[in-house]
Formats: sequence, structure tokens, C-alpha cells
Amino acid sequence: MEKSSKVTVEDVERVAELAHLELKPEETPAMLRDLNAILDYVAQLNELDTTGVTPLAQVSELGSGLGSELQEGAGVSVLRADLPVPSLDRAAVMPQAPETDGAFFKVPKVIER
Amino acid sequence: MLPAAGFFPLQRATQGETGCNKVTQEAEKRKTHLDSEDKPAENYVEKPKTLAELRAGIVAGTTKATELAASYYERIEKKNPRLNVYLCLTKERALEQAAKVDDAVAKGDPLGVLAGIPVGIKDVLVMRGAPATAGSKILQGYRPPYDATAVSRLEAAGAVLLGKLNCDEFAMGSSTENSAYGPVRNPIDTERVPGGSSGGSAAAVAANLAVATLGSDTGGSIRQPASFCGVVGVLPTYGRVSRYGLIAYASSLDRVGPFAANVRDAATMLSVIAGHDPQDATSSPAPVPDYAAESDKPVKGLRIGVPAEYFAEGLDPEVRVAIEAGIAALKAAGCAIKPVALPNTRYAVPVYYLIATAEASANLARFDGVRYGPRSKDSATLADMYRHSREEGFGAEVKRRILLGTYALSAGYYDAYYLKAQQVRRLLAEEYLRAFAEVDAIVTPTAPTAAFKLGEKTGDPLAMYLADIYTVTASLAGICGVTVPCGATKAGLPVGMQVLAAHLNEAAAFRVARAVEAAGRI
Repeated sequence: MEKSSKVTVEDVERVAELAHLELKPEETPAMLRDLNAILDYVAQLNELDTTGVTPLAQVSELGSGLGSELQEGAGVSVLRADLPVPSLDRAAVMPQAPETDGAFFKVPKVIER
Repeated sequence: MLPAAGFFPLQRATQGETGCNKVTQEAEKRKTHLDSEDKPAENYVEKPKTLAELRAGIVAGTTKATELAASYYERIEKKNPRLNVYLCLTKERALEQAAKVDDAVAKGDPLGVLAGIPVGIKDVLVMRGAPATAGSKILQGYRPPYDATAVSRLEAAGAVLLGKLNCDEFAMGSSTENSAYGPVRNPIDTERVPGGSSGGSAAAVAANLAVATLGSDTGGSIRQPASFCGVVGVLPTYGRVSRYGLIAYASSLDRVGPFAANVRDAATMLSVIAGHDPQDATSSPAPVPDYAAESDKPVKGLRIGVPAEYFAEGLDPEVRVAIEAGIAALKAAGCAIKPVALPNTRYAVPVYYLIATAEASANLARFDGVRYGPRSKDSATLADMYRHSREEGFGAEVKRRILLGTYALSAGYYDAYYLKAQQVRRLLAEEYLRAFAEVDAIVTPTAPTAAFKLGEKTGDPLAMYLADIYTVTASLAGICGVTVPCGATKAGLPVGMQVLAAHLNEAAAFRVARAVEAAGRI
């Protein structure tokens, strides 16, 4: 994460492929410019020494101080009982799909021949 | 407020099969007529009556809920074409609910706290049978078969749900210019943005096109538009309001919260929607206070922290003057004003845009043309179909954030970007915990400027991201806050004060916000 613009057109194309996105040829230069500007900006995080700091993914992981109030009142991490319960009715859900036979979603061929 | 005698009842025949009227199409049809009516200086700003006033009228039978709803639809028809606040109206459902309230009044049955109150819903929260777009083309035509928990709780309390409100696509934006259905205009100055992403929710209250609304806030999307439109907006503690039925943007940051024209009404709204929900594993089981009653308590003796980092370079001088006047009013009301240090604030925007985009890249993988929304035609393979459907369905900002998030999570960059951001997130959160050991609330400007002009920042994503500089820290820390109107610029644009409080201490934020509001009225 050095402060130098180094995302390339190839990088953008590779990431787009990972994300199942397809950029129009005219979109790529602007996207490249924006990503480099944003990544240059976020590079300032390098000024901070975070050695030994545990990453925080969810605020319920805040253990001490007032954060504990959240867990205590709370038990934010308590899971519900592992019992099957009815979910949405298939008859209500399937009509929303672009292509369906009423029981399954239909999609184009997965394997090319 | 009550409709003209000839207006009621509404013509049900004009409604679609599911009871959702596409107001955007109707707006097109009425354009010529309304343009002449709009000129020269149409006023869009109107303060709704308070919940207490409205409810008293409904309980006494002097205001019919059905007539109240009809009068709101009448006003929406007049004002919405220019403001573009509502994406669709759910008239059938609203009038059915209003009729139920009128029946209950006639029979003397008990009434909910929001009985007959017209409310609007940001179009990232699902309502059964009503088109849910999230401001995106990729969900066009989708009619979810269920209600979000916050939505069903409002209705259970008697609220009348008028329709779905415009927003930035997937709540990604700070101006509501990223909606695939056109931008929302700020009722105070229609050449300016209402803020975002919940721009429709804020503008609806400012223009009295709803008494109160729901929005969502991931990095400031309730607080910043509330500030720009001169209304009250609430960021509840993470987990305080269920996210069930909220179309996910960044799940560790997303909150659902209310907008209202005054602090007490916003507090009432939060008491209705807050509380444990087994459908959301991060939902807190902590009991829900009567926030409106809490907000009535005096602020004398409360300790208020002022962080110098929020008054540094980049803050508009007129915003500074307004906020400093608000702080002086709190001091006059008997609060102890103390400096607090939040030195890592400057890193919050970079941290936010790494974490939010990483989570978004995962959350938005579900939009692929298989289960809902349109599918791209003529794709030979499944992979092509995914790509084409997403290419056609997503707007530029959504693609930019998915790409940034995918990049930050990809092999070789995960540690440098995503993990680093999560580490700094902890430092930011702990900084707040330390500050809240010393003070009951922290006050800051909500945004560095008042509402900017439409188009002013659309060409520069980074400049747009910096509009969130004062709001993203609370998002990352999971704490709560209330934005309350606190003066205006010389041009008459509202300035909002952000009142932050510790996890689950919404009561303190509401009390302080009430004091700021009271000072503003003098």
C-alpha cells in the first residue's frame, strides 16, 4: 500500500472478472483513474502503526469499557436455537425470478461444449 | 391540513394490481401542467404537525386517518414531480390501514402510538408486494413477498405507510444523485442536493410529504441528509433496530433509523422500531426505553465533549459559527462543555471506504439475474449471463465500490487494505469508548458544509466521499447519534449538529438534541 498509483488496466480487468462485472471499454479509463485516486488516499493508513492490534470486524467484539454494555444487556453473540422453522413460501418467491419452472430457477448452460 | 371537501375519497381505480402507483410515470404525464403551476417561486418547505397534535386529533375523532392520508397524497401529487422524493405510492395498503384506524376510533378500541400517522419508507427496506428498487435498475420489477421488521413494527403501531422513498443506488452516495430513477431535490433550494443516501426520506419530512420516515445509515446516510434538509435524523446503536428486510450494503455498519421534523417525534419513532428481532442475529435484546420521555429530561449537569478534530481544516466557517452557537446554548442550559480527543478521526474515511466496499462486494454478489430483477437477454453461458445482467443493472458508483471492495479483498492485498482497515477501526472505536468514560455526549457538525449544488461533486468520487468525514466514525464504532437542526448559513441553508452518545445510550443523545432544538426556537 505505497503511495503510488499502480493499479493497471490489467488489474481492473482482473478484479472486474472476479466480481462478475464487465466494464464497457469507455468505462475503464475513468474507473482506473478513480481507483488509483482512492487507493492513494487510503494509503495514509500506513502512517499508523497497528502492530498487535486485533482487527475489529463487528462492534460486538468490542470487549471493554462501554462496549461491554452492548454485550451484557445483550448477548449480541447469542445464537438462536437450531430448530427448523418455515421460511418464505415458494409460491410467493418463485414468480420473482426471471426464468423458473415454479420449483427451480432456470439458468443458461453452465458448461461450455 | 385536511383535504378540500371535494377531494375525498381517492380514486382506487387508478391503482395498480398490487396497490402501488408509479408516481414517476404519473409525474411525466403531469409535467406541463405542473411546470406552469410551479413558477415562479414554488415553496416546498412545510413543517408537519407534531405526532402529539395529530394523534390528539385522531383520538378525538376530529381528524380522520383516511382524510389525513388523502391530504398527504394530494400534497405529494403537487410537490413530488419536482422533488422526486417518492418512487412509488402504496395507496391501497395505506388507505386500508387508515380505515382500520378510523374504525378503531369509532369503536373506542385502543390505538397504537402512531395511529393514523402518515409515514414514508426508504426504498432499501422491503414492503410486501410493493416494488423494491434500492434505487437500482437491477431490481426493477421486484416485488418482495415480505415486510422488513421496522416496516411491520410501524404498521403494528398504527402508522399509515404512504410509499417508497428515493435514495442513492444501494444506499451508496452522499447526494441521492446516484439513484437510477433521477436525483431528489432539496425542498429548501431545489437546485441543491438533499444529501444522501436517504435523500428522499429527509426531503419528504422537510416538504411535509410524510410526518416521519425511515432511512438507513451506513456511513452517514441518515445524518447528513437530515442536516442538509433541516430535519432530525437518528443513527441508532448498531443492533438496536433489526436489519431484517433491509437490502444489505455493508452489514457490519448498516442501521435503520427514523427521520422526523422534531426530536421528540424522532424519539417516538425509534421506540416503535427498536428491539430484539430473532430474524437478525446482530439484533440487541436490551430493553427499549421510552425515548420520547427520556428526551423530556433536562440537560443540566450533562457533560458534553467537543472534539477539536471536527473543527479543523475543511469546515465551512458559517457551519462552524452555527455549531459554536449551539454549543454555547448547551452551556447556557447547564451542560459542562469539555474538550475530548479523537486523534484518529482523520483515518475514518479511508477505513470506512475499505470496509464498506469490501462488505458491499460480497453483499451485492446476490444480484445476478437468477432470483429477482431483470436478466440480460441472449447470454450463451451462465457466466456471461451474470456479467451482462450486472453490467446492465448496476450504475457507475456501485460498480466502482464493488471493484474497490473486490480489490481490497483479493489475494495479495487483503492484509494491506482490509485487515489494516479493521485494525484502525478498532483504534477508532476504542477512542470513542475512552471519550465516553469522560462525557455523556459528544457534539460535532454533521457535515463540513451545508447542502451543495446538484452536479457539484458528481465528477469526483473522492470529493463526494469527503462529505461523510464527520459521520463515518460513529458508523465504524457502532455508537448512536442524533442530528438536529442548529441554525443556518447566511443563504438560509440549514446546518445540523451531530450529537453522539455511547452504545445503547440513545436517551442521552435525544436529551441533548432536544436542548439544541429548544434553543433554536427562541
